[in-house]
Amino acid sequence: MTTMRVPTRISSLLELEAVRAAGADVIALRQAMETPITEAPEVHLLVCGDTGCRANKSPLTRRTMEELVVEHGLADRVKVVQVGCFGFCKAGPVVVVYPGGTFYCHVKPQDCAEILLRHVMGGQPVERLLFTPNPKEKVRFHTTVDLPFYQGQVRRVLKNCGLINPESIDEAIAADRYFALAKALLEMTPDEVIAELKKSGLRGRGGAGFPTGLKWELCQKAVGDVKYVVCNADEGDPGAFMDRSILEGDPHGVLEAMAMAGYAIGAQQGYIYVRAEYPLAVERLKLAIRQARERGLLGKNILGTGFSFDIDIRLGAGAFVCGEETALIESIEGKRGMPRPKPPFPATAGLWQKPTLNNNVETYANIPQIVLFGADWFRQLGTEKSPGTKVFALAGQINNTGLVEVPMGTKLRDVVFTIGGGVPKGREFKAAQTGGPSGGCIPAEHLDTPLDFESLPALGTMMGSGGLTIMTDTACMVDLARFYLEFTQDESCGKCPPCRIGTKRMLELLEQICEGKGTHADIDQLERLAVGIRKGSLCGLGQSAPNPVLSTLRYYRDEYLAHVDDHKCPAGRCKALTEYQIDQELCKGCALCARSCPTDAIVGEVKHPFSIKIDLCIRCGNCYDVCKFHAVVR
Amino acid sequence: MSTCCCGMGVTTDDPRFAELDAFMASVREQPGSLISVLHKAQQLFGFLPEEVESRIAHTMSIPLTDVYGVVTFYNLFNTQPVGKYAISVCMGTACYVRGAGRILDRFAEELGVQAGQVTDDRLFSLEVCRCVGACSLAPVVVVDGEVRQLKEADVPAVVAELRQRSELEALSQPVSARS
Ligand SMILES: Cc1cc2nc3c(=O)[nH]c(=O)nc-3n(C[C@H](O)[C@H](O)[C@H](O)COP(=O)(O)O)c2cc1C
Ligand code: SF4
Ligand code: FES
Repeated sequence: MTTMRVPTRISSLLELEAVRAAGADVIALRQAMETPITEAPEVHLLVCGDTGCRANKSPLTRRTMEELVVEHGLADRVKVVQVGCFGFCKAGPVVVVYPGGTFYCHVKPQDCAEILLRHVMGGQPVERLLFTPNPKEKVRFHTTVDLPFYQGQVRRVLKNCGLINPESIDEAIAADRYFALAKALLEMTPDEVIAELKKSGLRGRGGAGFPTGLKWELCQKAVGDVKYVVCNADEGDPGAFMDRSILEGDPHGVLEAMAMAGYAIGAQQGYIYVRAEYPLAVERLKLAIRQARERGLLGKNILGTGFSFDIDIRLGAGAFVCGEETALIESIEGKRGMPRPKPPFPATAGLWQKPTLNNNVETYANIPQIVLFGADWFRQLGTEKSPGTKVFALAGQINNTGLVEVPMGTKLRDVVFTIGGGVPKGREFKAAQTGGPSGGCIPAEHLDTPLDFESLPALGTMMGSGGLTIMTDTACMVDLARFYLEFTQDESCGKCPPCRIGTKRMLELLEQICEGKGTHADIDQLERLAVGIRKGSLCGLGQSAPNPVLSTLRYYRDEYLAHVDDHKCPAGRCKALTEYQIDQELCKGCALCARSCPTDAIVGEVKHPFSIKIDLCIRCGNCYDVCKFHAVVR
Repeated sequence: MSTCCCGMGVTTDDPRFAELDAFMASVREQPGSLISVLHKAQQLFGFLPEEVESRIAHTMSIPLTDVYGVVTFYNLFNTQPVGKYAISVCMGTACYVRGAGRILDRFAEELGVQAGQVTDDRLFSLEVCRCVGACSLAPVVVVDGEVRQLKEADVPAVVAELRQRSELEALSQPVSARS
């Protein structure tokens, strides 16, 4: 590769460009699809180093690959690079080879030699490690261009995740990081930055969808010589991990956007509030901040413009309510995270009573490209009122779990069945949950709903921050409502009695229904309580806590009634209402169920029908799940 | 004062206080640093006993009741000692719908404790957490700080592995280190 002097401290646009130029070949290589691998001067093996793939032991794969590269004397030509999330987490550990972009799934240490010798040296892809939706068929998908998981996806916010090493600021700069900041500082006034943002129509990705440009303008106009910029990285929705992946895969994009926010509203200090449950994100952020300071991209006199801005990290400590912006501010101040009454809004009196701008991680991650390419470019995707893309964390009972970025307005059906590959075999799609504990469910009859800020509330749910949990016929919707109420009840800060006591009452009623002791009056009571809690709560936690109950009552009332009237849980999830038996006609006596039973409650002789001892059965449902002959009935 | 016989009490001459003091000195200029200090203290002591909380209150000139108020507000702070190995079963939505409940039950059964409790030998704490962001691998369990994708059937092996790890550590350490 070309050798060029790379400036350590970057104090002008020229120097920033020199850094980008020095890394241009690296980025070009990692986008090269056509070059034959055996002729390439350099080969990059990108190994995912995101929390998801790490849990699948990707660091072991990476180390093995590195050792093998050295062992075979290939270190000059072959580089093993740790990158952020590719999105297709279910296939982890993922290794992508460039040039060519060959996408390998579930790469274990013992697979590394084959990739290196057969593919990198010999030019022959390792077929068995390519993705296939069905191992029995010969269909194999080679790259992200043809993998079904990426059909319909547009990676804008995630563009650098899976491309650059998140621990290298040089690679981040090579991938255009800090150029939007440079453009804003050198070519635009704060008013122009805000005007562009307003024109783009970007709406907050933290849940409420508040227009970002307008929020920046309010903060800019707020009176005060000291102002703050806050990034909400609390990501409290259990089942969501968009913000974590952005921070782990491309932390500099968020830092750059926060600095631009500082420039636009007139602030010199930023805080990122990250949940402590994300140690890797915290580590990567700390490193990114340190590198940005060393290179002069944070701190005093950025790029020689006289503008100064710095960022510190504050850790959460496991309190969902701290995602609410005023509670978050209290927590940054070192106090109990109890929400404040609004007004005053943080824009006028926030952190230490100073004007404070708070945006979500993904919101910030959208901004550099808006500044670089303009509002019109941004609006090319998405809908009129919800422009741009949205990142979703696709999880639950679905085949392809992972991180998905689609244009706003994409149909839920496309996300679930094309990108997500549908639900596991033999199961039926039942619901998609959005908005977490504040949201609701979208039932099968609304699969054609476009995912945007307008359509979801019409169905009684909300966009939320991007958690998208899929459920099949094995999920009980009453139990799901109970699950969420248990969560909100537990996480209520206790300030408002309707929230503190009301959620407890709702939880008790739901528990009763799940145990088969509920009545019609209880269902009515749930609906009455919901109204009171909504009206009488100070913050969004309480105001939206009844949503999961109202939403499931709206679409799955018959399931509630089955619990109440027939004392049955149709999904077989509520233990008190489920009894397992073995159909003596259908049972082939294979003993699979007996081996899966944790309490040895299943007895019998091989090749003869088995039976369940009811007094020993803990109703875990293992036998039901493993039986190949559908002989276990409930 | 002398050392404590039960191994979990903390006395004021504990050497870890020096490190805590140094940390508090380093963040003295930062407003609102109580939560960072508590994180540091918990990292050093494993939990936040009254002695530690009073030292923090005293050094930072914050009323002890306020320190206690913050400690009890946040789920991640423990006022009771924890086990040597924390097993934290994720009960976030994605993990829940993929059967995390059964994994939790199985751990409870194997360890003989309920969520939120510590085993008698203080080797294990069984905890519940709400999403560690590895939802695409659900269900997951954080085993001694490491996120793992588990099936119910893996539970006994995980417990055995940690028991073995602990025994190996005990063997490789001089007797005095285990007081
Ligand atoms: C209970 C509760 C929890 C919240 N959790 C989060 C969160 O984890 N992350 C987030 O960005 N916003 C969260 N919010 C929304 C924030 O209050 C705020 O609206 C958002 O951070 C604003 O950023 P945005 O305009 O960029 O979306 C939460 C709100 C409530 C009421
Ligand atoms: S609504 Fe609930 S969480 Fe929000 S301030 Fe009131 S009690 Fe606290
Ligand atoms: S729900 Fe368990 S890791 Fe997210």
